[in-house]
Amino acid sequence: MATAVHAEINGKSRAFACEPNTSLLFALREELGLTGTKYACGEGQCGACTILLNGTPRRSCQLSVADGAGKSIVTIEGFEQNGQLHPVQQAFLDQGAFQCAYCTSGMIVSSVALLQNNSSPSELEIVQALQGNICRCGTHPRIIAAVQQAAKAMHGSRS
Amino acid sequence: MSRAPEQLAIEPERYELRSGTLHQFNLQRRDFFKVMGAGIAIFTVAADPVSAQESGVRHGRPDQDQPKDITSWLHINDDGMVTAFTGKVEVGQNTRTTLAQSVADELRVPLSSIRMVMGDTALTPFDMGTFGSRSTPYMSPQLRRAASAARDLLLEQAAAQWKTTPDKLSANEGKITNPASGATLTYAQLAQGKTLAHDMPDSDPITPPAQWTVAGKAVPKIDARAFVTGQHQYTPDLRPADLLHGKVLRPPAFGAKLVSADLSAAQAAPGVVVVRDADFIAAAAPTERAAEKAIAAIHAEWKTQPQTSSKVLFSYLKQNLDMEEHQKPHEQGSAATGLAKAAHQLEQTYTVGYIAHTPLEPRAAVAEWKDERLTVWTGTQRPFGVQEELSAALRIPKDRVRVIVPDTGSAFGGKHTADAALEAARLARAANRPVKIVWTREEEFTWSYFRPAGVIEIKGGIAADGKLTAWEFHNYNSGSSGMLTPYDVANQLIQFHPVNSPLRQGSYRGLAATANHFARESAMDELAHAAQIDPLEFRMKNLTDSRLRSVFESAAKSFGWRQKKNQAGQGSGMGGGVEKGGYVATFAEIAADKNSGEIRVVRVVTAFECGAIVNPDGLRNQVIGANIMGLGGELFEAIEFDNGKISNPHFAQYRVPRFRDIPQMEAILVDRKDLPPAGAGETPIVGLAPAIGNAIFDATGIRLRSLPMVPHGLNATKASA
Repeated sequence: MATAVHAEINGKSRAFACEPNTSLLFALREELGLTGTKYACGEGQCGACTILLNGTPRRSCQLSVADGAGKSIVTIEGFEQNGQLHPVQQAFLDQGAFQCAYCTSGMIVSSVALLQNNSSPSELEIVQALQGNICRCGTHPRIIAAVQQAAKAMHGSRS
Repeated sequence: MSRAPEQLAIEPERYELRSGTLHQFNLQRRDFFKVMGAGIAIFTVAADPVSAQESGVRHGRPDQDQPKDITSWLHINDDGMVTAFTGKVEVGQNTRTTLAQSVADELRVPLSSIRMVMGDTALTPFDMGTFGSRSTPYMSPQLRRAASAARDLLLEQAAAQWKTTPDKLSANEGKITNPASGATLTYAQLAQGKTLAHDMPDSDPITPPAQWTVAGKAVPKIDARAFVTGQHQYTPDLRPADLLHGKVLRPPAFGAKLVSADLSAAQAAPGVVVVRDADFIAAAAPTERAAEKAIAAIHAEWKTQPQTSSKVLFSYLKQNLDMEEHQKPHEQGSAATGLAKAAHQLEQTYTVGYIAHTPLEPRAAVAEWKDERLTVWTGTQRPFGVQEELSAALRIPKDRVRVIVPDTGSAFGGKHTADAALEAARLARAANRPVKIVWTREEEFTWSYFRPAGVIEIKGGIAADGKLTAWEFHNYNSGSSGMLTPYDVANQLIQFHPVNSPLRQGSYRGLAATANHFARESAMDELAHAAQIDPLEFRMKNLTDSRLRSVFESAAKSFGWRQKKNQAGQGSGMGGGVEKGGYVATFAEIAADKNSGEIRVVRVVTAFECGAIVNPDGLRNQVIGANIMGLGGELFEAIEFDNGKISNPHFAQYRVPRFRDIPQMEAILVDRKDLPPAGAGETPIVGLAPAIGNAIFDATGIRLRSLPMVPHGLNATKASA
C-alpha cells in the first residue's frame, strides 16, 4: 500500500487512506464524508463537483487523490466560519437561488472563485464563469442576482 | 432491468390516470403514539373518490384498526411542535414549503412549528405519487382539513377546561385565547399527557384564500440553509456503516439477452460480491472503483436484435401503431364538413423528438436488509410504487419493505420507477450489507426512460371572417395531455394514437402538453398568417375562455406585442393554453443571425394563472424554471439512437440549457384569491415552444415544425428540411 496522501482540506491537515489514483470526488465524499460536493456527471461537464484546489476552481471528478497531495482543498463545507455564512452562501439564501439545490454547492464554489479574482464582475463575466455549471431547475437568473449581491457585499466589506 | 421493445407501452398517462392498487399501513394506529410521543393526532379520511385515488388506502383488512381511505395525518406534541405526514415528496418544486405553509395557516401556528414528514412508506399514508401537478390542488386541502380538525379539537379541549363553548374562543399563534377572560392555553399545554386520536372526514371547511395569513406569502424554502452549506443529504450522500458500492453490468443494447457470463475473475477479487439473477449481473465492493473493476472483469456474451434508428423515427412511429391500446377520438360536429366550408385551410405535420429528463441528481438508491426487512432510500416521485416494485421483484411482502425519499435533486417526471432501488436491494441481499447504487450520467441517458417522441398531424379551417370552422388533430405516440383545443370550434376530431415505442418512454414535466401545444399553437399562427390576421387578434377572435384570454392579454401587454417594428433578424411570437388547472401565455422574442444561423432567444414573458397563489416566490421559480428547462427541448435537446444504443449519452453531446442560453425572463403571476389553487410545476412549460417557433417565423419567414428546432443552428435545419 502506498503511503497516505496528505492535503489541507477546509483549513485542516487531512490524510487519505485510499489508493492515490482514486477519484478525488469519491474520496472526499465517501472517505472524508464531505458529501456537499456532488457527483452529477463524472465527465467534467456539469460543475456539481467543483472544489477549490489551491484557490482555483476544479472539477473534482476529473482529479485523483494524488492531484491533491500537499495542496489546499476547499469544499462547500469550508465556507461557513463560526456559524457565519460566506457572503456568497448568504446571497444564494437571500435570493432563493436554488430549487432542488443539487447544483448549488458547485455554483457557490464557482462563484466564490470568480469573486476572488474579480470583485465586481459584469453580468457577462458571471455568465462566462458559470457556463460550465449546469442547473436543471432553471434558476439561472437568480443565481446571477446572487453573485451580484455577493459582489456588492464583499466589495463593501473590503472598502 | 430493461424491457424488451415489444413490451414497451406508453407510460405517461398511465401514471396520471390509473388509480393506485390496494395498500395498507405499516404504521398501526396503536403504534402511532409510541412513535410520535403523546399528543393529539388527526387522521383525514377521503370523502370523495378523487382524493382516495390520489392518496389514501383503498380498503382495510378486517383486523386492521385503520379507517378506510386515510389521506393524511397530523400530530401535535406536548411541546407544541406539529408534524404533518404526507406521501408526497420534495424534488425541488418547493412542495415541502408550500404544504407546511398551508398547515401552519390552517392551524394558526407559526411556520417554524411545522415539521413535514414526506415520502416514507412506513410513516406516511399511501400516496399515488408526486406528479401531474396534484400536490397543491389535492394534498394541500387534505392537510388543511386535518389542521382545521385539529384546531377544532384544541378549541373543544380549551372550552372544556374553561367550562365554556368553543365558539367563544379563538385560535392564534399556537394558542387558544378566551377573549372574555383574557386566559390563554398554548397548543403544547393542551396536548400535554394526551393520546387523543380523531378521524375527520375531509369535507370540513377550510380557510378560503382571501383569509390566508401564512399561505399566500413569499416565504423562503424550508431548510434553505442546509442547501447552501452542503449539509442536506440527498440519496447519494448517505453512508451507512459497512456500506458497499454497487455497479451493474449493462447489456450492449436494449433488449439484449444474456447468453453466457464468466464471473470467476470478478468473484476472485477480494471483498467483492457478485450477483447473477436471470439477466441481471452486478457487483458490490468497498469502493466504486473496485466494483467497476469487477464488472470490467466479467466476460459476458449477449444476443442482440436489430433495432430502428432516430434517423427514421417519425416514419417508424406512424408505421408501428399499437392497436391493442387503440383510443377513440374526441368528436364534435363534423371536421370534414367544417373543412369543406373553410375559406383558408391548413394541413401540416409537426414532430417532437425523444428527450431525457437529466435530473442533476442521477437515479440512486441505498438499500439495507435487517431481519428480512428491507429499507431503501431513493430519490423517487412514487415511494409507494417503488415499494410495490421491490416487493414484487424480491418476492417479499410489502410490509417488509420501507421506502424513504430524501428531498431529491430534481426529477421532472423521470423518477417514477424503481430501477436503482431494485439493483441496490438485490445486491444488498446478496452482500448482507448496505449497498449504494448511483447511476453514472451515461447510465442515466441510456437506462432511464424518455419523454415520448411524437408525430402530430393537424387539419384546420377558418372562415373568411377568421373564425375557426374545423379542427382535426392526430397525435401519434407522444400522448394525450393538453390535446384538446381551448379555442371555440364547432367541428372537431381529436385523437391519440398509441404506438409501440422504439424506446422506453414515460412521464416528463408537462407530459405531451408541450408537444400538443407546440403543434396547436404553431398551426394557429400559420392560420393567422394565411388569413392575414394578427396572431393575437386571431386567437382572441376564437377564444371565449376568460381565464385564458386574461393571461394572453397580460403577457401581450407586458411584452409590448407589436408595439415596435422588428429590426432585421428580430421576431416575436406567442403560445399558450390550459392544462392541469393552470392558464399560461408565453411571448418570446428571438434574434436570428443570418450568417451563422444562430438563433438566440432574447426575451421571454410568461403570464400564468393557477387560482390562488400559495407561495409567489416558489411559483416564480417554477414558472421561470419551466421556461428555461423548456429552452432545451425546443431548441437543441434530442436523444439520438441507433440499433438499441443511445448515440449521445453525455452532457458533451446532449446539450442542455446553460447560462449563455438564458434570455431575459419575466413571469407575471395572476393571483386569483377567489379560486382554489391548482398545481404549477408543469403547465408553465407549454407555451414556450410555439412562442419561439412563431418568433423564428416572424424573423425569418422560415416555419420550423420539428422539436428541437435548431439543434445545429438555423442553416443546418434549413439544409436538412
